[in-house]
Amino acid sequence: MMQFRYTADEEAFRSEVRNFVHENLPAEIATRGRYDYHPRSSDQKYWMTQLCSRGWSVPHWPERWGGTGWTGVQRFIFEEEMRLAYAPTADRVGTELVGPVLYHFASEAMCERYLPDIRSGKTYWSQGFSEPGSGSDLTSLRTRAVREGDHYVINGHKTWTTEGHLADMMFLLARTDPEAKPQAGISALIVDLSSPGVSRRPIWTMDEGLSVNEFFFDDVRVPVENLVGEENAGWTYAKFLLVNERTTSAEVPHTKRDIAQLRAIAKIERKRGRPLIEDPDFRARLARIEVDTMALEYAVLRALTATGGAADQVASLVKVRGSELRQQIADLALSALGDRAFAFCAEPGGEHIMFDDGLSSPVPEYGIGLAAKAMFRRATTIYGGANEIQRNLIAKTVLGL
Amino acid sequence: MDFTNTEEQVALRDSVRRFVERQYDWDKRMAAVRSGNGVVDEHWTTMAELGWLGAGLSETDGGFGGSAVENCLLAEEFGAALLTEPFIAHVIATRMLAKIGGPEVGELIESMVAGSLRIVPAFQELAGRGDWMVIETHAHEQDGTVVVSGAKSLVEGAGKADFFLISANLGNVPALCLVKAGEIGLSTTAYRTIDNRRVADLTLHGAPARILAAGDRAADALAAGVNHGLLALCAEAVGAMSAALFATRDYLKVRKQFGVSIGSFQALQHRMSDMLIETEMARSAVLGALGYVDDPDPDLAAQWTSAAKLAVAKAGLIVGSQAIQLHGGIGVTEELNISHYYRRLHAIARQLGEEDLHLARFAKANDRKCAATVVAA
Repeated sequence: MMQFRYTADEEAFRSEVRNFVHENLPAEIATRGRYDYHPRSSDQKYWMTQLCSRGWSVPHWPERWGGTGWTGVQRFIFEEEMRLAYAPTADRVGTELVGPVLYHFASEAMCERYLPDIRSGKTYWSQGFSEPGSGSDLTSLRTRAVREGDHYVINGHKTWTTEGHLADMMFLLARTDPEAKPQAGISALIVDLSSPGVSRRPIWTMDEGLSVNEFFFDDVRVPVENLVGEENAGWTYAKFLLVNERTTSAEVPHTKRDIAQLRAIAKIERKRGRPLIEDPDFRARLARIEVDTMALEYAVLRALTATGGAADQVASLVKVRGSELRQQIADLALSALGDRAFAFCAEPGGEHIMFDDGLSSPVPEYGIGLAAKAMFRRATTIYGGANEIQRNLIAKTVLGL
Repeated sequence: MDFTNTEEQVALRDSVRRFVERQYDWDKRMAAVRSGNGVVDEHWTTMAELGWLGAGLSETDGGFGGSAVENCLLAEEFGAALLTEPFIAHVIATRMLAKIGGPEVGELIESMVAGSLRIVPAFQELAGRGDWMVIETHAHEQDGTVVVSGAKSLVEGAGKADFFLISANLGNVPALCLVKAGEIGLSTTAYRTIDNRRVADLTLHGAPARILAAGDRAADALAAGVNHGLLALCAEAVGAMSAALFATRDYLKVRKQFGVSIGSFQALQHRMSDMLIETEMARSAVLGALGYVDDPDPDLAAQWTSAAKLAVAKAGLIVGSQAIQLHGGIGVTEELNISHYYRRLHAIARQLGEEDLHLARFAKANDRKCAATVVAA
């Protein structure tokens, strides 16, 4: 029978999660999460430890590796409660990329070796996929891994490595067979980033923050045991990942949280003597975003509850709309600040400041981070598979064009 | 109708391009942006020497015989170069003063055009949220002098100001007052904007002031200043979006993925065409507004300047954001100029009133114009 609303059990589950967060997330960490620049790694590690002791740090993993056995809807509710509370995000590369690839394709030994430390938050991972010459055309990648005895020797250049400045390990795609067709000559390797020959350069983004990096590999030796699955099967694993993460890439929980935050701001800000939340123009703009988010939430729920073809089809659409909504809510939030929308505001107590202008910022406390976010959001339609590529996939796989 | 620039105007435009080429390339621009004031101190002197500070004023008003056309021409080039000098503020202040008129004010304008005096307009307040008609700052007589109290926001160029030209209420009429920088009772707090300009909050507690105009004369001067500022701002945006568009065009030709240049993909060609349509519609709206910005009918000036602002804001956000999108990851980096075009276009869309303000301003002025011409249903 069709069920269009969250069930009583699902709401009870939501309360359980909410209570846990309320009891275990320190206010200080939540405040930093609200400024939402870049999660402090100590905050992330702290929270992963809390979640791990509750058995909730990797809910989507198989139970044998520490997953919770929740339904897709429960996982969605859990993510939403985390975002609403401004809990630090996990190391997504570890929990959503490396973990799933390993338990799907890697040996038992490799799983034993790496999964527990991802689950506990002990090791931090980065993703070595894109290269300067291989963005949307990822299979053209050129980083080379040459087998030499019981090592692979890696030479190349990776870019856009998110939080690479915090990472201990990298999940790397490299070419192991230059003679084969591009997608058939790529392997997935695990690289310890403290290995000799690895160097990193930060890439500052338009929010003047540090999220991404470039990595250079100069004769980096990686043991053969670090090959994930089969040699030359790396592209299969990468494709699997892209399919796997589509519903989370819509970032509905993040947008719902941003909407809630904006409503709170709009009650404080005033326009023509009344709270901004009463202004007809503002209300209309906010309503449009809320309506689109509600529709998107149900698209994601469809994808999470259906199986097979129907789920796949809807899942391929949600990233496009989700990424656009991230931009729209960030821009409206800035508008809510009125004249303060213009001010640049460096990360308070930030660990990474590109340029210190020595000036103070007039932005009120509830506005901290909004301008930077609005700038960084220009990337949502580019990362995680640029929306142009998403549209190609939709046209091809759903519409058969 | 003739939209062709005169020879003098072409020469003026070329003088900016030469300046940018020699003294304001990208590296120099970023070095300026990262420096103490966010600008290169010598540039204002150069701008004065090259006649740019008076190019948009008639000779009667104290300039070199130009009009809003020249200011827009200059602003467009400044937009393409992402110049951070407070030229728009200069346009607003000089136009306000020119509208006030009189010999005393004439001397002030002369010095501003020469670059030896900097009068910075301060006509916005937090409560206005971009609406310059919201004035809570007030001026009143105290012991035989006039003093001003209140607060002004988004004051550009405050760090270099000799005087501030401040809108305030005098009793229940608007007034424009001159307050000396560093005066007792005046404080400024500067900060950096997301598009790398330096602006300031002004706080006034009984700061001594000189009233330059009050009542209708002040209201007209405020309107004229803002209208001219809006138009120059729009022209700046057209320059920025055009530069971003063609930089993106060049990138699409050289960037290869899937074995071909991505500019060969029809979807991207269509998008670039849409961006060009937006840019040219914005440019056209600015050209249209140039015909009405000085119209004695305030509704025509308001209607056209708001129309231009609306067209430009919409176009700027589309072109700026898609310029980033079409560059892929590198478009989001701090290093490349593309994100800086977006930051400026994003700020311009908000500057001097967002969409809701200008839609209302346009509609109100337009309603009055339409009421004059009755067409049977």
